[in-house]
Amino acid sequence: MRKILAVLCVLAVIVVGWYGAAISLNAKWTHDQAKRAGTEVQFSELVADTLSQERPVLPAPHQVAVELWKTTIQKKVTSKRSLVFHGWITLSATLMGFLIGTTAGILLAVGIVHNRAMDMSVMPWAIASQTIPILAIAPMIIVVLNSIGVQGLLPKAFISAYLSFFPVVVGMVKGLRAPDMMQLDLMKTYSARSWDVFWKLRLPSSMPYFFASIKVAIAAALVGAIVAELPAGAIRGLGARMLTGSYYGQTIQIWSALFMAAFVAACLVGLVGMMQRWTLRKMGMTQ
Amino acid sequence: MTEAQLNDLAEPVIAARNLDLTFHTNDGPVHALKDVTLDINKGEFVSFIGPSGCGKTTFLRAMAGLESPTGGKISVNCMTPDEARQKRAYGYVFQAAGLYPWRTIAGNIKLPLEIMGFDKSEQEKRVRNVMELVDLKGFGKKFPWQLSGGMQQRASIARALAFDADILLMDEPFGALDEIVRDHLNEQLLKLWARTNKTIGFVTHSIPEAVYLSTKIVVMSPRPGRITDVIESTLPKVRPLDIRDTPEFLEIAHRVRDGLRAGHAYD
Repeated sequence: MRKILAVLCVLAVIVVGWYGAAISLNAKWTHDQAKRAGTEVQFSELVADTLSQERPVLPAPHQVAVELWKTTIQKKVTSKRSLVFHGWITLSATLMGFLIGTTAGILLAVGIVHNRAMDMSVMPWAIASQTIPILAIAPMIIVVLNSIGVQGLLPKAFISAYLSFFPVVVGMVKGLRAPDMMQLDLMKTYSARSWDVFWKLRLPSSMPYFFASIKVAIAAALVGAIVAELPAGAIRGLGARMLTGSYYGQTIQIWSALFMAAFVAACLVGLVGMMQRWTLRKMGMTQ
Repeated sequence: MTEAQLNDLAEPVIAARNLDLTFHTNDGPVHALKDVTLDINKGEFVSFIGPSGCGKTTFLRAMAGLESPTGGKISVNCMTPDEARQKRAYGYVFQAAGLYPWRTIAGNIKLPLEIMGFDKSEQEKRVRNVMELVDLKGFGKKFPWQLSGGMQQRASIARALAFDADILLMDEPFGALDEIVRDHLNEQLLKLWARTNKTIGFVTHSIPEAVYLSTKIVVMSPRPGRITDVIESTLPKVRPLDIRDTPEFLEIAHRVRDGLRAGHAYD
């Protein structure tokens, strides 16, 4: 009960602050309009107008809520104006990118742990890859892939994988190295092959690390998918909604796409959390 | 008797000759073992006792092929420790039980059997047998955290026994347990030894534990790690716990303590 109260309290503060910001940020437009018409605006008129502009600098929460309602519940999901449709486009790229990224991350981590040359060489490259702004490299990936005939979902998935493989590499290297000397010595007394050490010791030990890192990875994958939709001038997906929204000053559209993206991210992270709890309980690792 | 069997009788199970082992650390070389010579015969219960840094654990690890000596020779069943390990000559019990938290007790005991490729029905049979041997019947489906420390250590002994190696190497297996549990496990270990007739190497720093368990007590001292005394126990093979109050027991304990004191430079 106290917890719910605290959450509601924080929420209320955010909403009130938001309304305040909307009024003050949108007031300029209202004053300009009034000046042009040669009229004075009362405070109540100011409030009413700033919260109902068609292209506000900052849309009010209820405007975003109405837009969200209109574009999710009231539109058919196959419609190009449906946020569910656009959300699905982005989600499918996210999931595919996440799969590619996680697989690549695990394979790299296995290589790093088992191969000295890879141990010495791969990590600096992986870190370097993350220092390049994704916004700079995304158009190039799309152009290059396009020129060799790869279009559609895959280029977006690659960019999303580019962001999501990194936390998996870092987490899994740590996880696969989690077994201590004694546990490795025990395996040695059985003359266990490295195959057995991997499947029976290293991999199970890495599971808590794995889930922690894919929680980060799946959120990064979503960011990657949205960013990938921007440079190609895509017409579908949440990123495309944000882009067209910014072309035409449709701030309400941008904000509703943002909220949709946040909602999708929350669902994905929540889903991973559920998988984590289920798996670790199955493994008897939660008490 | 065949010639091979005769050889078995004649040759010690573990034979160390002038064993040297030096670790190279950042602070210079550390002589963990220097000129160690020892025979362990079949069916003996040998304890290694000494202060920390005397090389008792290193010696045990050398027998297991977990450390490579820098000089001298050591053989296990007339083979190098590495070959012996590949022939599953020994089971090793570490100071901590080291059970896998994601495996049940039965699953943990099954681990070496899976790695060594025993078939499924044989695995089940052996797990059942050794669980009975260490008095853990009925706990197979429990996870390690559901068991007490003493029970976990018993499970780890069962794991070392599962593939039926002739030699059992134990590195302070009861060091982390309280006195009462320790007494109980010592008693059980003796019974187990009597039933299975295994050769046991046992590292400890408790004098009563060493005297109570062993047929042979090896006293070691540090810097460099070496053997200062080897005491053959005169106690009978069947030993109730109260044997520890007999004059004979106290006399052996006294000799061990003297040996420890003599080898100990209080620097």
